[in-house]
Amino acid sequence: MFISADEITQTLHMIQSEHLDIRTVTMGISLLDCVRDSADATCGAVYAKIMKRAARLVPECEAIEREFGIPIVNKRISITPAALLMGNFKPDECVKLALTLEKAAHDAGVNFIGGYSALVHKGYTEADVKLIDSIPEALAATTAVCSSVNVATTKAGINMNAVRDMGVLIKKAAELTKDSGGSACARLVVFANAPEDNPFMAGAFHGIGEPECVINVGVSGPGVVLSAIKKVRGEDFTVLAETVKKTAFKITRMGQIVAQEAGKRLGAEFGIVDLSLAPTPAVGDSVARILEEMGLEACGAPGTTAALALLNDAVKKGGVMASSHVGGLSGAFIPVSEDEGMISAVRRGSLSIEKLEAMTCVCSVGLDMIVVPGDTSASTISAIIADEIAIGTVNNKTTAVRIIPAPGLKEGDTVEFGGLLGEGPVMRVNPFGSEEFIARGGRIPAPIHSLRN
Amino acid sequence: MNKAIITVLGADKKGIIAAVSGYLAKNDINILDISQTIMANIFTMITMVDISEAAKPFDEIYDDLKKLGDELGVVIQIQLAEVFDAMHRI
Repeated sequence: MFISADEITQTLHMIQSEHLDIRTVTMGISLLDCVRDSADATCGAVYAKIMKRAARLVPECEAIEREFGIPIVNKRISITPAALLMGNFKPDECVKLALTLEKAAHDAGVNFIGGYSALVHKGYTEADVKLIDSIPEALAATTAVCSSVNVATTKAGINMNAVRDMGVLIKKAAELTKDSGGSACARLVVFANAPEDNPFMAGAFHGIGEPECVINVGVSGPGVVLSAIKKVRGEDFTVLAETVKKTAFKITRMGQIVAQEAGKRLGAEFGIVDLSLAPTPAVGDSVARILEEMGLEACGAPGTTAALALLNDAVKKGGVMASSHVGGLSGAFIPVSEDEGMISAVRRGSLSIEKLEAMTCVCSVGLDMIVVPGDTSASTISAIIADEIAIGTVNNKTTAVRIIPAPGLKEGDTVEFGGLLGEGPVMRVNPFGSEEFIARGGRIPAPIHSLRN
Repeated sequence: MNKAIITVLGADKKGIIAAVSGYLAKNDINILDISQTIMANIFTMITMVDISEAAKPFDEIYDDLKKLGDELGVVIQIQLAEVFDAMHRI
């Protein structure tokens, strides 16, 4: 037999017992040809274009799941940043587009549609202002629409006006959805160096350098990595890194074959495989538990950043050879509410926002799904964003913030978001203020990239 | 040739291979390779088949085998062989 029985049972075991799955097949669709002279006409064209491209997305992915025997957990759509379509919208018409996207997502059978977005790293266009002002209302009025705002790039520096405004908008979005713990904020990401081909929500959008229609795939597999490294307990770091690398290769090959097949069947180009290790709230599917298995008493203990650096690097080294095109975020994710081990580490008092910030220096993708007390001020949220964005901008990498100031809740409380978004323990925020710093506005200049130390 | 892998896992009893191979023959699915062992009291059968001349589409075969598995008290799964090739061969 060309494949041994052992290899076949190993693959089946990874899928059935170790949560190996394709986390998302995301179809990116360009909507640049949908701009019309009114909001209604634009919305009509947007709906028609999405349905034309994505009507078969879910059935074809389900056929692939069946034939290949590997679960595809999420099917999603990403679109051209919506601000680019809003030139002819009146300010109070923006939410119409969000509702159109919600309907398209529902009719196509996908659980999230990303790209209610604006790229404002150097400044606002008039359309950007309209879109950004409408974000809280748009998110509160929908359940599938995801929004992101790119406020910085390494080449442009940081738009601190946008950072200031995002703090205010995040508070407003939380307030509008206070009945569900501020859940709108779970669909809002603030980026530095946002990738144009990211398949993962809530930060996915279809960049303007992308083709007409593209399939991007994100694989999962923390459970597979955890069980592989359990077998080398006590061995040195070379053995550990090699083990992660080999496992990542196998996981990524699954993503590659699914991405190619989905592209072929849907008449879309194969874009990229995103090499991120993406956790879920399920026990046994946690990135934090991998770090602990390396020898840490709890995620967040001294050594955590080094452990994460090793993990992230080995996943990339193994994955990059397994896929013909790698992109998106490609780094271990450390969302707090979506990772059972992270939640536990916060509850044990081992993991703080400050430690998470340090961890994001060596991995993707930033302060993700962090719940903070509802009375955290807008300027403090902006300042937390500024810190994280500075890490991405200076280090030439993607970073992001997805933070939820849960209305009425205080440190130690818990918010239930449900499903993949999990449950978030409310974390401690440094009580000292940053108001005058954030009030300055303007731009932080682009960092120098010689004299590197 | 369109290769698929059929795996059968469950409690051992008489006639599992006969039932599965009988179904395959009846539906013009050719067995290319077959191996069977008992691992830790679990009946494990792995078969590579060619479904290019199969009498039914993949979805029906998938459902039929699932039903057959239920009747026999075992779990039968069919997957395209490409997925194993992708994971274990460069």
